[in-house]
Amino acid sequence: MSPQGAQLRSVGRSYRIPLPGLAALALGLVTLALVLVFFVVPNDANQGFSQRIFYFHVSIALTAYACFVGGAWKALVHLWKRDPLADLESYVAVHQGLIFGSLVLITGSIWAKISWGHWWLWSEDQLVLFLVLFLFYAAYFMLRFSVDPGPQRANLSAVYALFGVVLIPVSFLAIRIAKDFIHPVVFTRHGPSFGGWILVAYCVSQIAMLALAYALYRVELAGKRLDERLRGLREVLA
Amino acid sequence: MTYLRDVGALARKDLLLELRARDTLPAMLLFVVSTFVVFHFALPARSSQLAASGLLWVAIVFTALLGLGRAFVPEREQRVLDGLVLAPCDRSAIWLAKSLATLAFLAAAEVVALPAFALFFHGLNGATVGGVVLADLGICAVGTFLGAMAVATRARDLLLPLIFLPLAIPIVIGGVGASVVGSPARYLGFLALYDGLFALVCWASFEYVVTE
Repeated sequence: MSPQGAQLRSVGRSYRIPLPGLAALALGLVTLALVLVFFVVPNDANQGFSQRIFYFHVSIALTAYACFVGGAWKALVHLWKRDPLADLESYVAVHQGLIFGSLVLITGSIWAKISWGHWWLWSEDQLVLFLVLFLFYAAYFMLRFSVDPGPQRANLSAVYALFGVVLIPVSFLAIRIAKDFIHPVVFTRHGPSFGGWILVAYCVSQIAMLALAYALYRVELAGKRLDERLRGLREVLA
Repeated sequence: MTYLRDVGALARKDLLLELRARDTLPAMLLFVVSTFVVFHFALPARSSQLAASGLLWVAIVFTALLGLGRAFVPEREQRVLDGLVLAPCDRSAIWLAKSLATLAFLAAAEVVALPAFALFFHGLNGATVGGVVLADLGICAVGTFLGAMAVATRARDLLLPLIFLPLAIPIVIGGVGASVVGSPARYLGFLALYDGLFALVCWASFEYVVTE
C-alpha cells in the first residue's frame, strides 16, 4: 500500500455506537425531555411557566462545559501521542462547545428578560462566565484559521484549548469575587427543590443535551474526516 | 544551573537589543501617558475616583499589549526563533527569558506611569501598587506565551489582542478589586494564584508552540 493510502486508512476510527443509531437516540431523548418539561413537571411557584427554560439552560451549560473539557482532553491526547485525528476531534469538540455556549447566552438572556426584565445582567455569574468563554473560544477559531493546516496548527490549537480548561475555573472564581465591588447581589435564585418529576425532567434533559451534542460532534467529525479523505485522494491523483 | 544561565543570556539579549534600538519602551511610555490624557477627557468632571482607578487598569493592560506585540518581532524578522529552537537549551527558557525582558519593559513603563497617574488623577495606595506588581507577572507570563503563538500565525498583530484580552479579564478583576476595596488581601491572593497557575501552564507547554 502506498504511504498516502496508509495515511488515509489511519484517519479512520470505528466507534461502538453507529451514527444513525446515535442520532435516533438523541432525537428520542430530546423529544422525551420536551414532553417532560412542557407537560409533566408542575409550574414553578415563584416564576410560573417561564421557569421551564431552566431545564434547557442549565443542561445546555453543562453540556458546553463537557464539550470544552472534551476538547481539552483530545488536545492533551494530541500533544501526547501526536495523533492527527485527536487534533480534529479537539477542534470539533470546541466547535460544539462554542455552539452550545452561544445557546447558553441566548437562553440565559431570555430567562433574565422574563424573570427580571433585563436582557443582560452582570450579576448572573453563569452568563458573564459564558460571555468570557465565548470570547475566548471565538478567538480559538481566529487562531486556528490563521495558521496553515499542519503540525504547527494542531499544536497551537491544542495548547490554546488546554488554556481554556484553566481559564474556566479561574474566570469563575474571578467573577465570583468581582461581585463584591461590581454590584451587590440583588437577585438570589431560589434553588428549585429537586425532587419527583423535577429531578426526572432535569436528568432527562441533561442526558438528552449530552446525547445531542455527542451526535452533532460525530456528524461534524464524520464530515470533516470525509473532507480530509477527499483531499488525500486528490493529492494521490494529482 | 545551565537553565538559569540560558535564561539570563536570552533575557540579556533582549534588553541589549532594546537598549540599542529603543523600539519598544519609548512607545510604551508615550502610549500610557497619552492614554491618561484621553481618560481625563473621557471622564466627565465629578466622576468618582473609583472610575479613574478602573481606567488605570485599562491603561496597564493596553500598554502591556503594545509591548507584547513587539516582543517577538526581532525573532520573526531575523528568523532568530529557528536558531533558538535549534540551540541546545530547554525551550521553556526562551519563554521565561522573553517574559522577564517584557516584564522589565512593563515595569520601566509603570515607574513613569504610576506617578503620572497619581499626578493627573489621585494618589495610589500600597494595595494598588502590590496589585500592579502581581498583575505584571501574570500579564507578562501569559502575554509572552500568546505573543509567541500569534507570531506563528498569518494574522500576527491582529490576533494577539483577541487571544490575550479574554485571558486578561481575571487579571483586571483582581487588580481593580485590589485597588478599590478596603481589604484587598483576597484580590492580591487571587492575582498570585492566577500568576502561579498560568506560569506553570505556560512553562510546561511552551515547547509545543515553537516546535512542530
